[in-house]
Amino acid sequence: MKFATAPAPHWRPAADVAAVMRQVLYALAPAVAAYTFFFGPGLLLNIVVATAAALATEALALRLRARPARVFLSDGSAVVTAVLFAFCLPPLTPWWITVTGIVFAVGVAKHLYGGLGYNLFNPAMAGYLVVLVAFPGKMTMWLPPTTGDLDYQSLSLWQTLQYTATASLPAGFEFDAVTRATPLTVVRTELGLMRTMSEIRVNPVFGDFGGVGWEWIGNFLTLGGMWLLYKGIIRWQIPAAMIVSLMACALVFYLTDPETHPSPLFHLYAGGTLLGAFFIATDPVSSTVTDRGRLIYGAGCGVLTYAIRTWGGYPDGVAFAVLLMNMAVPLIDRHTRPRIYGH
Amino acid sequence: MSTAWTYNPQPPRPDWGVRAPALKKLSLRQPIRAAPLPVEASMSLQIGGSIELPAIVAPGDRVQTGQAIARNTDGMAVHASISGRVLAVGPQRAPVASGRPVPCVVIRAEGPEQMHGSCIPVNEDLLSPEEIRARVAAGGIVGLGGAQFPTARKLTPGVPIRALIVDGAECEPWITCDEVLLRERAGMVIEGVGVMMRALGTDHAVVAVEADMPEAHAALDNALGAGGSGGIGIAVVTTKYPAGGERQLIEMLTGDEVPAGGLPRDIGYVCQNVATAAAVGELFRSGRPLISRIVTVTGGGIAEPGNFEARIGTPIRDLVQAAGGYRAAPHRLLMGGPMMGFALPDDDLPVTTATNCLVAALATELAPDRPEMPCIRCGECVQACPARLLPHELLTAVRRNDAGRLAEFGLRDCIECGCCDYVCPSYIHLTARFSAARGRERSRA
Repeated sequence: MKFATAPAPHWRPAADVAAVMRQVLYALAPAVAAYTFFFGPGLLLNIVVATAAALATEALALRLRARPARVFLSDGSAVVTAVLFAFCLPPLTPWWITVTGIVFAVGVAKHLYGGLGYNLFNPAMAGYLVVLVAFPGKMTMWLPPTTGDLDYQSLSLWQTLQYTATASLPAGFEFDAVTRATPLTVVRTELGLMRTMSEIRVNPVFGDFGGVGWEWIGNFLTLGGMWLLYKGIIRWQIPAAMIVSLMACALVFYLTDPETHPSPLFHLYAGGTLLGAFFIATDPVSSTVTDRGRLIYGAGCGVLTYAIRTWGGYPDGVAFAVLLMNMAVPLIDRHTRPRIYGH
Repeated sequence: MSTAWTYNPQPPRPDWGVRAPALKKLSLRQPIRAAPLPVEASMSLQIGGSIELPAIVAPGDRVQTGQAIARNTDGMAVHASISGRVLAVGPQRAPVASGRPVPCVVIRAEGPEQMHGSCIPVNEDLLSPEEIRARVAAGGIVGLGGAQFPTARKLTPGVPIRALIVDGAECEPWITCDEVLLRERAGMVIEGVGVMMRALGTDHAVVAVEADMPEAHAALDNALGAGGSGGIGIAVVTTKYPAGGERQLIEMLTGDEVPAGGLPRDIGYVCQNVATAAAVGELFRSGRPLISRIVTVTGGGIAEPGNFEARIGTPIRDLVQAAGGYRAAPHRLLMGGPMMGFALPDDDLPVTTATNCLVAALATELAPDRPEMPCIRCGECVQACPARLLPHELLTAVRRNDAGRLAEFGLRDCIECGCCDYVCPSYIHLTARFSAARGRERSRA
């Protein structure tokens, strides 16, 4: 009897790249739901716009590079980039801003570097920084949370869609009246005005540790992170090192003067910390591969995030920190190479 | 002779390797069965891929079971596994990775089985280490773990040996030939270990079993007896692939690493498979040279999986027949396990001393064929590699065929265990590429 032959090993993993990407999307789902609950349907619209633009850009890039479109379009990586990118955007974002960012993310940061697996920078963060720098006014104004703030006007799905499509609100709504600064921006501005933390925290955007709503999104992001850890999609080193180093920096300054420095818990729940720790910095392609390297990389992300938030020109620093550490990856990989058996 | 030596009898779970489904139960339901004597046995004269023994019989000669049919100047021999007439001497098809014909002696059974007069028991206590080695060579004993290294050579270390490590950690899925051997013939294993310790001049030996082999462990305990183990200890290693790899096992038990490019004896160890130990025991107790081995015949494509004591040279299809034949149409026939075994083109090939296991695997039991994707640097291969390589970087070096980078990233240190492939979500054929690159490097050298 004759048989087909193939090289060893004859067993392979159950999960392929597409399965890994699917798990990341599952893990993000609870946080997306929480975000929608607290800040309205804007995120969902942004996800739709970003995903459509990401897939279109991916398809075009694959065509130009003569790569098999079906295999790569179904690997899920463009969708993950789109959802993570959308997650960073304010709920009210005109579509062309979203499209600009995602075209840069997928077209430049991913495909100009060689496509899946070859990008030096995290595509979602690269795209986010482009729109953050290009449209600074629009990118820092958030909606107030749907709970806690009494004098706020909520936008329906239709009204949000109208803004997303045209960048103008329905009659009777003013952009400045509808939006609120994020807690990180509030802290930054008010500290600049020599206010103390106890005065600043009276602002109704603050909850128990961080911003109202943001805290719950943070909890659900952590839940998603735990799922990824449980499924073995990510390993603990990067999230742990990033969170511990950020909170350690915050603690040192908080202990020296709690009136001019937000608490470590505020930093943990503010802005992109938890999204960054569990979903962004853990992007395998643009991060380090060894356990020791991951600790250094994660710690670098945490320290830089604190430094940029505290002394930099932008309220949040996660995206900058991750991209800066992306640049350090080849160096870290080189210096954390394990000793080969017997050498 | 060293007197103080310690090892870790219960090494911690290693941070490398993979946890693969063991699938051992399939072939453990029945005791070892004797496979029927073959009508025609094709005995390979090539040992371990490099040593070739000259035949000392010619077509038409009558041979008896256990009679030497090939011998080289080192005294190493191959023996007739059945009684009959020599049909042919020359290249024949054999289950070797290269697929090329190897020199063989083909014997056709004739008349009743008769043991050759040279097969007589010997008391090793009366022999010097040199005499033991000569007898092991003449008995045709080779490593039965799959590498077929001549055992007499391994018993000639040239340096003081701290301990003999006996490998019963059968970590490849599906394979149970060592486990059943330990369950049923632990005494023979221990006898062989004693002979080898005497040849090596060491007071220490340790038999390693896996944590999921309690019956084998109990049988060993029983064989060693309550009073005095004669310097032979037992170690239990975690059930994790490839814990039974020679270098990995030494590292786990002793904390020492075999130096790159070196051998275990460079750090005072000799590693032998339990089946090799049993073959040595058999050679001295009954005088029987290496004419048979235990082969696991298993997989979803086999009707009655189990372990068979098969004469060397038995056609694989006969062995499959002894196991009830094929059930459903197997997708692949593997010699060895799913991690390192190789896929045979057909079953019209003889059992060799390297045939520890035959798996008739159904398509559902093997990996689906998926296209390779680019590496996403997930680092799973780095975590799994027992040699602590960076397989994804080594892959880049192989693709660039950059000799400097190949050396830097440890192509020569790869043990081709297949762990990197097993965890790669991009389905990249890393091991096959490393193996091919090593082949190219060897042919250049």
